Amino acid sequence: MTQLKVYNFMGIRRLAVGLSATLLVLSTISLATQGLQLGLDFTGGTQVEVGYQSPANVEGVRAQLERAGFEKPVVVHFGSDRDVLIRLQGKPEPEQAISDEQDGTVKKALSDKVYEALQSEGADVELRRVDFVGPQIGEELREDGGLGMLAALIVVMFYVAMRFQLKFAIGAVLALAHDVMITLGFFSLMRFEFDLTVLAAILAVVGYSLNDTIVVSDRIRENFRKIRNMAPLDVINESLSQTLWRTINTSLTTLLVLLSLFFLGGELIHNFAIALMVGVGVGTYSSIYVAATVMLAMDIQREDLLVPEKGELVDDLP
Amino acid sequence: MPNKFPLWKNLVILLVVVFGFVYAAPNLYPPDPAIQLSGQSGAMLIDQAVLDKAAAALEQAGIDHFGGEADGEGALLRLGDIAEQLRAKEVIQAEMGNDYIVALNLAPTTPDALSSLGAVPMKLGLDLRGGVHFLLEVDLKSALKTRLEGDLEDLKTTLREERVRYRSFALIDGQIIGQFRDAEEVDKATALVRQNFPNLQPLSIPGQNALSLTLALSVQASSDLEDNTIKQNLTSLRNRVNEIGVSEPIVSRQGKNRIVVELPGIQDTAEAKRIIGKTANLEFRLEAQSRIGELFDFRDPSSQGVDARLENRAIITGENVTDARASFDENGRPQVNISLDSKGGWAMGHATRDNIGNRLGVLFIEYKTRLEKSVDESGTVELTPIPYVEKHIISLATVQAQLGKQFRITGAGNQRESSELALLLRAGALAAPMYIVEERTIGPSLGTENIQLGVKSVTVGLLAVLLFMLVIYRVFGLFANLALATNLLLLVGIMSLLGATLTLPGIAGIVLTVGMAVDANVLIFSRIREELAAGLSPQGAISAGYDRAFVSILDANITTLIVALILYAIGSGPVQGFAVTLSIGILTSMFTSIVMTRGVVNLVYGGRKVDRLWI
Repeated sequence: MTQLKVYNFMGIRRLAVGLSATLLVLSTISLATQGLQLGLDFTGGTQVEVGYQSPANVEGVRAQLERAGFEKPVVVHFGSDRDVLIRLQGKPEPEQAISDEQDGTVKKALSDKVYEALQSEGADVELRRVDFVGPQIGEELREDGGLGMLAALIVVMFYVAMRFQLKFAIGAVLALAHDVMITLGFFSLMRFEFDLTVLAAILAVVGYSLNDTIVVSDRIRENFRKIRNMAPLDVINESLSQTLWRTINTSLTTLLVLLSLFFLGGELIHNFAIALMVGVGVGTYSSIYVAATVMLAMDIQREDLLVPEKGELVDDLP
Repeated sequence: MPNKFPLWKNLVILLVVVFGFVYAAPNLYPPDPAIQLSGQSGAMLIDQAVLDKAAAALEQAGIDHFGGEADGEGALLRLGDIAEQLRAKEVIQAEMGNDYIVALNLAPTTPDALSSLGAVPMKLGLDLRGGVHFLLEVDLKSALKTRLEGDLEDLKTTLREERVRYRSFALIDGQIIGQFRDAEEVDKATALVRQNFPNLQPLSIPGQNALSLTLALSVQASSDLEDNTIKQNLTSLRNRVNEIGVSEPIVSRQGKNRIVVELPGIQDTAEAKRIIGKTANLEFRLEAQSRIGELFDFRDPSSQGVDARLENRAIITGENVTDARASFDENGRPQVNISLDSKGGWAMGHATRDNIGNRLGVLFIEYKTRLEKSVDESGTVELTPIPYVEKHIISLATVQAQLGKQFRITGAGNQRESSELALLLRAGALAAPMYIVEERTIGPSLGTENIQLGVKSVTVGLLAVLLFMLVIYRVFGLFANLALATNLLLLVGIMSLLGATLTLPGIAGIVLTVGMAVDANVLIFSRIREELAAGLSPQGAISAGYDRAFVSILDANITTLIVALILYAIGSGPVQGFAVTLSIGILTSMFTSIVMTRGVVNLVYGGRKVDRLWI
């Protein structure tokens, strides 16, 4: 068996800082100027997915809806050329009362009207999905999503600071924020739709990236305690090299299943898969470069990690 | 280094694997599409004869069916083809008439041996099964306004009676504000409020005109009001939903002022909305003293006969009823206490003053729908829903004294019957208006498609990971794969046992868990390789690898678990499904990848001399 090769990861850390900074600036600019293409879950509105027996003509459907009095409907193919997604623009629908208080008749929802309009010209249309989200729900979701993200970051920072050390915690949280920002930036730049499943994916990215960072940090801590008389930079290089294969293999297995989801999981979780793939990619990079670079920048020393009562792990398990 | 597990540890592992297998197994048996029959009222007997009639109708329509069961309360008919389910429902409904509720259902096919152990298949979410999801918001503001308007009227009356003079009293922004001519009157009014209106709280606002009095509903009263309003709406919604004929509907409160309604298998949202949108109503009418008047049936024919004639004019309607509760009188007999708003109390007092000794009836009014069968020129049978109104007497009692805002109905039979009466009164009382704030409909074909896509992506993803691990870690890859398969089994088993609902994001969670679950094994195996490279013996390397990697795995998984829990706390429906799957997956994967693989490794390599590890 050969001795482990130690790569000089930290040697190019200035390049990495440059890369991260560029990506972050790009993300920030994109988020600030064009923002996210928020999906229905967040904006509120009405969206109808219909299926035709034969390939549908998007222009025709749009013209048909306009004839029926809908203003600027957005009509796109969804998944296949037989499925059509219709999104109704303009002002979000106001609150709908279910029924008239006086005579008990039901007020028709926008989606019902769309379906009727499409059927009226004799086409064989199947109603596949209707989503109506009131504007206030979308607003709450935006708030909750942001709050959840903040809560996750704070709780994680607290946990890492407790289990490891403050410098590790700052490194880990900056790495997380880095991953989230770049994934969001990617979605903003590519103008991919950001819906509830993507929010879930971003939080999963937080979990994944954290997982990676913790494993690397764990090794750095172990090596700092074990190896005396070595510069922090070398200790970190050694630790990163030791965990390199694990980092790569885990990322690969995760990417394998994500590719499977991306290609086979269907249109509804397409963006979920994309967000996770980007996140896992960035997360793998950040667990090597961002967290460790931050620790070095904060001048991490062996003394930071020597907690006398903890010491080395004692091998007393059966 | 023996690397041996004691027998009990191996047994525990075996037990857990068997457990996972047993509870995951029911998911392998696909459910049969079925039609469920039940009666409009609980008293109806649904026996073999009813079942045979329904089966004969299916036979005649040429719909393949099998395995009918009837247990007196309901009957179930399994169908050969899911595509015929809707038609079968219509055929049976047309044959059986409107006294029966005919619902679409999915009948589990779990073998008896498994179901006797409590093993059940996972429930499918609406996105996999098709159906409608509504989120309704109850307009609490309007309930509050109605309540305060009533209080305001009462307050004015009391002040007049006590000869406290005021300039004006009005309801402004959810507060009752009164203006007086002098401070003495303000004090008198405040004292009166304290004494007679415990629900109203005088507010002292800095800089307020000394000659005005501001009152608001107390915190306790307004939270009671909110709770009662929501409960009332829930009750009437449940009654409505039961009528639609859906198996396993969900009607539950979400948050402060919202109600979730989920109706699996329903596609006609307009129909569903019409039914849940209509509340029942009540009318209080005196018994007619002459032949003039309308004849109504009793809802439950009892000692009072089958019908009674009531006056044409209603004294008050459900709109005026604010509450109705079953309780016991001083002699321990069941009674129903009814509260009216001030307008209703006044009308009731006026009407009953001259009618002491006569009987007062309560009419329960329901808006129902029946299916009308018609045959068009081409000979196809059309079923059109026709709305109609049904009115039944639910109570007829003698007026003992002039009634006011609060009165009670005694002699309403036993305790069960008085609870039923209170429930009907509350269901008929007009609850606060509701608005749809979210609606999601998933067609049945999209649901089936989503299941297929989910199964396919899990299978392919799993196979890819299995292959990858085998190539990279050879024999140890095999151990990891064993753990991965067991992990999937345990995850599905636990989710089934917990009664978790499987959704599309949930499947994504499973896929992601598959990808991430091998991480622990990757960590351990990398570590073993390192220890081998550092010159440790194979046995020593195994032992050291597992021990050293454990801390990293624990830390990494706990942090991921924290994130999953936060996801659960902030998310709604689909996101929560994902969080649940992820959390369970983290826990099961820790067991399988640490404990179980170690057990297998020990079985294979433990306690003997090993020259080389295939890793």
